[in-house]
Amino acid sequence: MNCYLGVDIGSISTKGVIIDENNNIITSSYIWTEGNPVNAVKKLINILKNNLDSKYVVKGIGTTGSARKLIGLLLDANIVKNEIMAHAIGTLSIYPDVKTILEIGGQDSKIILLNNGIITDYAMNTLCAAGTGSFLSSQAKRLNINIEDFGPLALKSNNPVKIAARCTVFAESDLIHKAQVGYKKEDIVAGLCKSIVLNYLNNVGKGKKIKSPVIFQGGVSKNLGVLKYFKEILNTDVIVDPNSHLMGALGIAILAKKNSLGKTYDLNIQNISFDTKAIDCGGCSNNCELLRIYKDNKLIDIWGNRCDKYIKN
Amino acid sequence: MGDYYVPAKYLLNKIVDAEILVAPFITAKTIELGSKYSPEFVCTPFKYTLGTMIESLDNGANILIQFGGGCRYGYYSELQEQILKDLGYKFELLNLITNGKANIKRIYKMIKRIDKNFNVFKGLYYFFITIKMVKYMDKIDDYIRKNIGFEINKSSFSNLKKEMLEKFASVNNPFSLYILYKKYFKRFKKIKINKSKNCLKVGIIGELYTLMEPFSNYYLERELAKFNIELKRFTNVTYLLLKYKKVNKKALKKSKEYMKYQFSADASSNVYWTKYLCDKKYDGIIHIKSSFCTPEIGVMPILDKIANEKNVPMIHFSFDSNTSEVGIKTRLEAFYDMIEMRRK
Repeated sequence: MNCYLGVDIGSISTKGVIIDENNNIITSSYIWTEGNPVNAVKKLINILKNNLDSKYVVKGIGTTGSARKLIGLLLDANIVKNEIMAHAIGTLSIYPDVKTILEIGGQDSKIILLNNGIITDYAMNTLCAAGTGSFLSSQAKRLNINIEDFGPLALKSNNPVKIAARCTVFAESDLIHKAQVGYKKEDIVAGLCKSIVLNYLNNVGKGKKIKSPVIFQGGVSKNLGVLKYFKEILNTDVIVDPNSHLMGALGIAILAKKNSLGKTYDLNIQNISFDTKAIDCGGCSNNCELLRIYKDNKLIDIWGNRCDKYIKN
Repeated sequence: MGDYYVPAKYLLNKIVDAEILVAPFITAKTIELGSKYSPEFVCTPFKYTLGTMIESLDNGANILIQFGGGCRYGYYSELQEQILKDLGYKFELLNLITNGKANIKRIYKMIKRIDKNFNVFKGLYYFFITIKMVKYMDKIDDYIRKNIGFEINKSSFSNLKKEMLEKFASVNNPFSLYILYKKYFKRFKKIKINKSKNCLKVGIIGELYTLMEPFSNYYLERELAKFNIELKRFTNVTYLLLKYKKVNKKALKKSKEYMKYQFSADASSNVYWTKYLCDKKYDGIIHIKSSFCTPEIGVMPILDKIANEKNVPMIHFSFDSNTSEVGIKTRLEAFYDMIEMRRK
C-alpha cells in the first residue's frame, strides 16, 4: 500500500507523520530538534520506520518548517513548502470549515484566515519572539517549572499579574520584579500566559478579523493557560485538535501525496553522510556567506549567494 | 539607485569637464558603513546613501551630488554632510534641492563652480536628452517587469538591457536615442516568453528608494518574477521628475473617500494606486518601505482598508539593515501560494 511522509522541522521540535491514501495518520512522531535538524530527522525517520508496517511503501515525501530546504535535499523530497501553506492544508483536512488558524510555535507565530477552504489572508510575527513558545520555555526554566505543568498551574490563578510583554527582555525584567515584590507563582505564570495572548493579538493578529471556527495549534496550543486566555479574550470557542502539534507535518504529507511523482522512497537514511560547509565567498564586497552542501561527500548545492554565480542550472 | 546611474553619469559627463565617478554598486559593506555612522532610527535610505558617499569618497571623489525631498529626506544632505565632515573627509556637497524646491539659478551657480566653461544651452540640450533617456528606460522597464517572469532563456531580458544601456550611454542627439530605443524595444518584444493570458498579476507600491534600489529590497522583483508573476510598479524616475505633482493631485481627487489631505512623499499616490490595482483586478499588492518611513506608516491603515474592502490580498514589508532574508523569502512564498490558491 502507498503511504506518504511529511516532515515539519521547526526551531524547537521536529514532527513527522506518515499518512495513507485517505489522509489518515498511520504513525507519527514528535522529537526535539536540539539545534541539529539533520540528526533530528535521522532519528525521527528511524522511529517512523520502525512503527511502519512492512506492507506500506513510501511514495512521496514533503518537508516544511524552517529547515525545510536543507531536509528537503537530504530526503530528496518531492515537495518543499512553507509552514503557512502546510498548516492550512493540514487543518483543512480535519476541519474543512475553519475560518481562523492561530498558530504559535517555537520561534514564530502566525495567523491564517480562510474562507471556503481558501487562504484569504495571513500574517507572521516580524520583530520579536515575545509571543512565542521559546519565551515560555525559557521563563519556565527560570521559574523552575516543567513546561508541561505550566498550563495547569496557570489555571489555578484567579488574579493574573499584568506583564509588560512588548519585548522578551523587558517582559523578563517585569516578571522578576513581580516575583520580587511577592506575587504568587501561579499568578505570575497566568500573567505570562495572558501576556502571550495579548501580544499575539496585538502584533500578529492586528487588524485581522478573527471569525469562528477558530483553531489553535503549534506547540503552545498544548498549554492550557494560553488556551484559556485565548477563549476569554476572543470571547469565542477555540478548538485545539489532539494532533494540533502535527498539523504542519500532516499538511505537507497531503501535499506530497498530491504532488507524488510515483517514485518509491527508501527510508534507510541513517548511513547517508550529510555535511555542510560555510565559507565566505570573497568575490566582491558583498562577501556572501556561502553554504556548501555535501551528500555522501558529493557537492549537491550552494546557498547564500546574492549574484548569479552559483545558480544550480 | 538601480540603473539610473547611466543617465546621471551621461548628463554630468556631457556638461561639465570633470571626472565622473559612478558610485560603487551597493553591497553588504555599503550598508555596514552607512549604519555605523547613522542615527539608529533614521530610515534606511539615509544609511544606504551615507554608505555610498563614504565608499565614493574613499574612491577619490571630492564633489558629491545629492538631491531629495518630499519627506524628511529633504533634510538628509545637511546631516550627512555634517557626519562626513566630522569623520574628517574633505569634499564639497552639492545639494540640488533645498526647501523642497529645485532652484535653477542656484544649480546653475553650483555647476559653474565645478566647471567655469559651463555652457547653459549645451547643458539644457543634454538635460533634455537625459530626461528622454530616463523616460525610455522606464518604458522598457515596464515592459520587462510584465514579462521577465516568463522568459524561456534565462537572463535574456537582463542581458539585452545591459547591452541597451551601454548603447544609450554613447548617444549624442535625441534622434539617435529615439532610434535606439525603438530598435531595442523591438528586440525586447522578440524575446521568447511563455506567458498565458490569465497569469498572476501583482502590483508593487511603497516608498521610492526601497522600490527602486533592488539591493535594499532584497531583489524582491527578481524573487517574485521567479514565481511567473506579471509585475506592475508605478514609482520610477519619470514619475518623480515629471509626473509627481500631477499624480499627487489626481490621487487626492480620485480617492476622496479615503483621505482629505495630502500625505507627504508618495503616500497619497500609493492610496490612489492601491485603488487602481484593486479595480484592475490584480491578484495581490505588495507594499514595501524602509523601516521608520513616516509617510508610508501613516498611510498603511488606509491601504489595508482599501484592500480589505475590495478583497485583494496585501502584504507589507519593512526593510532594515537588520532584516533577515530568509524571513522575507518565506513570507513571499506564502503570499504566492495564497494568491495562486485564491485564483483556483
